[in-house]
Amino acid sequence: MNKDTLLIAGKSYNSRLLIGTGKYKDFTETQAAVEASGAEIITIAIRRSNIGQNPNEPNLLDVLPPSKYTLLPNTAGCYSADDAVRTLRLARELLDGHSLVKLEVLGDPQSLYPNVVETLAAAKTLVADGFQVMVYTSDDPIIAKQLEDIGCVAIMPLASLIGSGMGILNPWNLQLIMDRVQVPVIVDAGVGTASDAAIAMELGCHGVLMNTAIAAAQQPVLMASAMKLAVEAGRMAFLAGRMPKKLYSASPSSPTSGLIN
Amino acid sequence: MISVSINGEVRQFDNPVSVATLLEQMQLSGKRIALERNGEILPRGQFNQQLLADGDRLEIVVAVGGG
Repeated sequence: MNKDTLLIAGKSYNSRLLIGTGKYKDFTETQAAVEASGAEIITIAIRRSNIGQNPNEPNLLDVLPPSKYTLLPNTAGCYSADDAVRTLRLARELLDGHSLVKLEVLGDPQSLYPNVVETLAAAKTLVADGFQVMVYTSDDPIIAKQLEDIGCVAIMPLASLIGSGMGILNPWNLQLIMDRVQVPVIVDAGVGTASDAAIAMELGCHGVLMNTAIAAAQQPVLMASAMKLAVEAGRMAFLAGRMPKKLYSASPSSPTSGLIN
Repeated sequence: MISVSINGEVRQFDNPVSVATLLEQMQLSGKRIALERNGEILPRGQFNQQLLADGDRLEIVVAVGGG
């Protein structure tokens, strides 16, 4: 059997778990969680530097070097296509021309729900500018298809709101998206615990991206290990093919003949 | 005297300084940063040549933890 890898924009990854690096206690914990998760692709944010106030502040890129991980700069906090494009151009400069990025354009600060109109506009500009765009979006299958048609390299629908931990609220929509797009579908946002990640993978999603589910756990590093196993287990179950559900009939597992009288 | 906005904070300089000199003053030389000048990316290779002009708006960014 061929090795089961996740293929994004022509590059293979062994891990189907992608994790964010926000909300950890410190860089030591970030590093330990990333290590435990086995993730190869990790998201980072781009923010204004402190301008001389704290010159010896540690830098995230020293802890998570681009030589070891595929860093995926995001546009979290952007509410317009223009801001998102600007942020990712800075990220590309920061990461020496690295073009694989996570686009997210938000609609409002309460729900953090994606603004798909601005997302579509930003995706067009970024693809034309040579970026490889992994795109966070709603679980709308029509928008997902349009984003693929624009040239995005992965479609990343939410399972539920960012940071909510509510799990997969609409598995049918995820299925509709997977039925329509050829590029990898990666559940991004809303996973709360290991079973949520396993369910996403059992549905046939190609990967799961999460941050808060790990960072906000009581023991983040232990949860990172749990998520690694959940994604692997869910993927294996998907490949194995689950038994059909029998709604109204039981079926014994033991032989029905040779019973003692 | 020139005024330059750096990450939204206005700073004044007696003479037009280069971007490289500015970064040195802010102890950011050699750090992993990216810089935008008046909305356009300024490639690292140009930090030495580019002199700041009155009214310039600079954004200096770094990578931070994020999801």
